[in-house]
Amino acid sequence: MKFGVVVFPGSNCDLDAYHLVKDVLGQQADYIWHQEENVSAFDCLILPGGFSYGDYLRCGAIARFSPVMKSVVAFARSGGLVIGICNGFQVLLEAGLLPGALYRNLCLQFRCLFTHLKVENRQTPFTGGIEPGRLLKIPIAHGEGNYYADADTLRRMEANGQIVFRYATADGEVTDTANPNGSLYNIAGVCNEMKNVLGMMPHPERAGEAALGSEDGRLIFQSILKSWEGSR
Amino acid sequence: MKAEDWRKMGLKDEEYQLITEVIGRDPNFVELGMYSVMWSEHCSYKNSKEVLRTFPTKGERVLQGPGENAGIVDIGDGLAVCFKIESHNHPSAIEPYQGAATGVGGIIRDIFTMGARPIALLNSLRFGTLEDARARYIFNGVVSGIAGYGNCIGIPTVGGEVYFDPCYQGNPLVNAMCVGLLETDKIKRGQASGMGNPVILVGARTGRDGMHGVTFASEELSAASEEKRPAVQVGDPFMEKLLLEACLELIYNDDVVGIQDLGGAGLTCATSEMASRAGTGLEIELDRVPCREQGMTPYEIMLSESQERMLMVVLPEKEEKVHEVFRRWGLTSTTIGHVTGDGILRVRMGGKVVAEVPARSLAEDAPVYCPAFVEPAYLRTTAQLQLAEIPDLGDAEKVLLQLLSAPNIASKEWVWQQYDYMVRTCTVVLPGSDAAVLRLRGTKKGLAMTVDCNSRYVYLDPYLGGKIAVAEAARNLVCSGGEPLAVTDCLNFGNPEKAEIFWQFRKAVEGISEACLAFATPVIGGNVSFYNETNGEAIYPTPTVGMVGLLEDVEKRCTQEFKAEGDLIVLLGETYDELGGSEYLATVHGKVAGMPPALELNKEKALHKLLLDAIGKGLLKSAHDLSEGGLAVALAECTFGNNIAATVELQTNGLRSDSLLFGESQSRVLLSTAADKVELLLALAVQENVPARVIGKTGGQKLSLTVDGREVINLSLDNMMSAWREAIGCLLK
Repeated sequence: MKFGVVVFPGSNCDLDAYHLVKDVLGQQADYIWHQEENVSAFDCLILPGGFSYGDYLRCGAIARFSPVMKSVVAFARSGGLVIGICNGFQVLLEAGLLPGALYRNLCLQFRCLFTHLKVENRQTPFTGGIEPGRLLKIPIAHGEGNYYADADTLRRMEANGQIVFRYATADGEVTDTANPNGSLYNIAGVCNEMKNVLGMMPHPERAGEAALGSEDGRLIFQSILKSWEGSR
Repeated sequence: MKAEDWRKMGLKDEEYQLITEVIGRDPNFVELGMYSVMWSEHCSYKNSKEVLRTFPTKGERVLQGPGENAGIVDIGDGLAVCFKIESHNHPSAIEPYQGAATGVGGIIRDIFTMGARPIALLNSLRFGTLEDARARYIFNGVVSGIAGYGNCIGIPTVGGEVYFDPCYQGNPLVNAMCVGLLETDKIKRGQASGMGNPVILVGARTGRDGMHGVTFASEELSAASEEKRPAVQVGDPFMEKLLLEACLELIYNDDVVGIQDLGGAGLTCATSEMASRAGTGLEIELDRVPCREQGMTPYEIMLSESQERMLMVVLPEKEEKVHEVFRRWGLTSTTIGHVTGDGILRVRMGGKVVAEVPARSLAEDAPVYCPAFVEPAYLRTTAQLQLAEIPDLGDAEKVLLQLLSAPNIASKEWVWQQYDYMVRTCTVVLPGSDAAVLRLRGTKKGLAMTVDCNSRYVYLDPYLGGKIAVAEAARNLVCSGGEPLAVTDCLNFGNPEKAEIFWQFRKAVEGISEACLAFATPVIGGNVSFYNETNGEAIYPTPTVGMVGLLEDVEKRCTQEFKAEGDLIVLLGETYDELGGSEYLATVHGKVAGMPPALELNKEKALHKLLLDAIGKGLLKSAHDLSEGGLAVALAECTFGNNIAATVELQTNGLRSDSLLFGESQSRVLLSTAADKVELLLALAVQENVPARVIGKTGGQKLSLTVDGREVINLSLDNMMSAWREAIGCLLK
């Protein structure tokens, strides 16, 4: 399977995503420079974390105008797999590929820490390989990850299974204390209606090797592999 | 030129006289400005140079010592590590966020200038006590500034230290360290060689910010300092990320002859130092320098400290390609001049020569002073500590909880959870242990890194305090499994023109040198920050030691927390009746007095050897250095990581019980080991002549500590944990 890691000016988790899919999972991977206009060579696109354009406007608001984004949107609309992590999630929201918005963290500070994620929908290409009830230990590192969507949108998303991950305690309880940023209903990751585009604030690429404190992030990428193999 | 002109720029009358001798005439206003910044203490080290020469700087592994933008050490397999620490104290005192942020930006540029990929940031921070509103404001601002810059540029902030003391109330210390990795054949230097080679300026436009920043850094702070706020620069981490990537691409492709960042003293410093190092001259045209606003004068352009700019010398045939690479990264680059052979820095604007002076005279010919020094009078008072006058230890539990929640000991999670310490996915020992450890991709190796200084010790005995700072840094690395390689230091002191301050400086350097020699860890670079005084009151002398160690096999790294129930706890080293300078004495008895604990370098070295052996042989489950708060605090800290408590039995054997529990005797480490390995460990200790004793066992949810058969501490993990973890957050509410 061939992954493409999109590099915007200011992306800084591109290396980590590339390392995980290429060196740890043994898949093909290439970087895609933000001025590229053709992404047809790839099976899955990763929009990595970082501070595209310094996040000097709203996070992701400038990156969505990068030349590459037109083809990312077309790729997604035609059913291609796209995963946006952290800043990548912010870019997907700005590009209109996912519903909702991200505010500044409720504490008004950057937060870097391990969180536990409850998998709310296992029927997506990103979660299909995860056993029922399995919690994922995956770190966050962001200043603006406080997820918001209006009540109607949320209702629609719930009904359609678009809430993919929620922050939980180590015992799997979805509580206020487990919520690191103030996200509505502890939402940590969401997908589009077609379920081929995922955006999440936690960094699965930082949880792919035992030496880093967790291997749970791999489960998401292994799910992607499984889904892709099944679709061929 | 009038005397008040040069005095206003911080030059002494005799220094002005010297300038006229060097150039054989009166300088014009632009030239005077250039000399004033280059001959400031910050750039010229005119007060410290002679003393700094006494540092050991050579070693088998040293590829680059002091004198360049950063030092470099060989770590084998064609790889080298490049690191440096630098202060940004004065800017942070009046504009905490930008002061700290640009401190981080500056030290990162020093590292990639050498051709190294920055892989980690550390910092050493000191503030007034948190009861003071301004100290809280500065603390908050500095931490967010470091986070704002480091997180955005994508270099993990993996370690550091934070201290609070009234002596830093008006003058906080912000020392930033950066560690980079490079291939030994890719080292770049700040040299403008090759007559006719074009000189390229790249990065941010030049503005009126940061004028005379270095002059400001070379004065004491006072109420009037607030007016110097315009001397503080504003950082742009996004611009620096682009610069970093573009410069490294050019360096890897061998397109660069020489490169240097523009930091303190801006274009004046970069041009004169690059030419001086190469023995050449430079001719530049200021009309070509991209400026932020119209009408900037040559004086302003030459002295601006606008951030995120680099100066590069390239071969003529590479010039177009270099501009092309910068364009691809969205950066503005301009050829502003060329290298000449006459040794003169010639600056033109509007068709006229506006400055024309020998490059070397700016960079190298500042006067060298040997300030007077005298033993400070306060030492006679502080040395008079009578232990007999300190009341016996009362409630040990209460004291332990009090120390765990003392801001100098309490968890710094409030600070480091604002930093991205994981980006680049190489951090394998996260903040909170004795040293951070990073794996090096594509190899089995790892790097351990730390910054340390107990400035209270240095205040009470600068020589011994300097020695201890190095010993503690080395001990922290060794506890993580790293073999200490080399040192970078940030020497923060008061006004060197005061004899007592300069005595402190000389003694601290002497102590550091002696320890560095003993551990074979040369000083490969660093920074001196004088004039850390507010309204005439100096900070504690604070020579921060940054150290990097090598792990040949990163899988063998060691951390401080207990790993399993039923392991045996071993204490290495000897405990004495040493309470001088301790956190216990300061927090519980309100005294900063006595002599710091003694340090014997031979014993310390034996301890390091034993630890590295034992870790290499897989005998240890955990290792933790004993520092502030002594044995009882170290025990509590070991229980936190995995929520495994311990039962410990101690004997006073004639010691005071407060010395036993909370004294800070040096060269001590707390270990845990599996029961079936303890014999091997103790035998190894005998062989290395290091005192070692089994003092207890891990397990349970309560820390039980018995002294001479009487249980003096029985505290639940939750109780200790909440005291330790919540203290700093509570003080900020």
